[in-house]
Amino acid sequence: MIKNIKLIALVFLIIISFFILLKGLNKTNNYSPNLNSSNIDFNFKAKFLYSNEETTLNELINDKDFSLINIWASWCLPCRDEHPYLLNLNSLGKLNIIGINYKDSEVNAKKFIKEFGNPYSKIVVDPTGVNSIELGAYGVPETLLINNKTQTILKKYIGPLDNEKFAELKKIIKNEN
Amino acid sequence: MKIKFFFFTFIYLLSFFNFSYADNSEKVDQISKNLRCLICQGQSVYDSQSDFALSMKILIQNKIDEGKNDEQIYNFLKSKYGEWIVYDPEINKNTLLLWVLPLILFVFGGILIFRKVSIK
Repeated sequence: MIKNIKLIALVFLIIISFFILLKGLNKTNNYSPNLNSSNIDFNFKAKFLYSNEETTLNELINDKDFSLINIWASWCLPCRDEHPYLLNLNSLGKLNIIGINYKDSEVNAKKFIKEFGNPYSKIVVDPTGVNSIELGAYGVPETLLINNKTQTILKKYIGPLDNEKFAELKKIIKNEN
Repeated sequence: MKIKFFFFTFIYLLSFFNFSYADNSEKVDQISKNLRCLICQGQSVYDSQSDFALSMKILIQNKIDEGKNDEQIYNFLKSKYGEWIVYDPEINKNTLLLWVLPLILFVFGGILIFRKVSIK
């Protein structure tokens, strides 16, 4: 009888573990903080890629309704994949797309833009990565949709844009207008 | 023999240059040891050499230079990345079990041992 109980307990344990692990498979490993808690500091300083002037995020955000902040680098391969989506978003004309060039060399960054096109209205450089951390970013590529009026982050995408995220972005822009 | 001795002292003195080149201040090390590197698995910001961690260390140094204290730096990072970034979680309703469970197990174990001893 005792042997039986042990066996049943073991089988039960294995079944429970199986379902817990199965559930874990579908969960994403990436932890991302709550959006409502991540207010952005609009006063960080950064230099432009094409001139030596300094600017703040406040100045970068213009009178369009939304800004899209995209963190990219020429050495980042997924950034090449998402570049067509950015060009496409720019052609919609409703977004002010700001590029943050993350830990990159100036020459390579300019080459990248020349080769793939420029979807950005302004590009600032972030050679140490500190500005990206001020925005609460993890690395490249990362994209933040900002409501210019309320100055809040509406949406945050870690990793390259794809068809799904692109459709979602388009929908948000349409609905909020 | 004299040359050997001289050579040895030279190398020995040379090793001290390491200390002067170690530019990370102790404060940065101290703080970054308490921070979880979010894109690495199971490493602290102090241990990691990833881009994220390297930037984080620069940021911490900047904040120290600005005159912020430890508390303010932790709070700043928590507001950006959430509670997950610090190794020492606050006590709230989500982490209550985490804090209380060891205590319960400790008391439970104590009772078990006590009973076993008193039966004997």
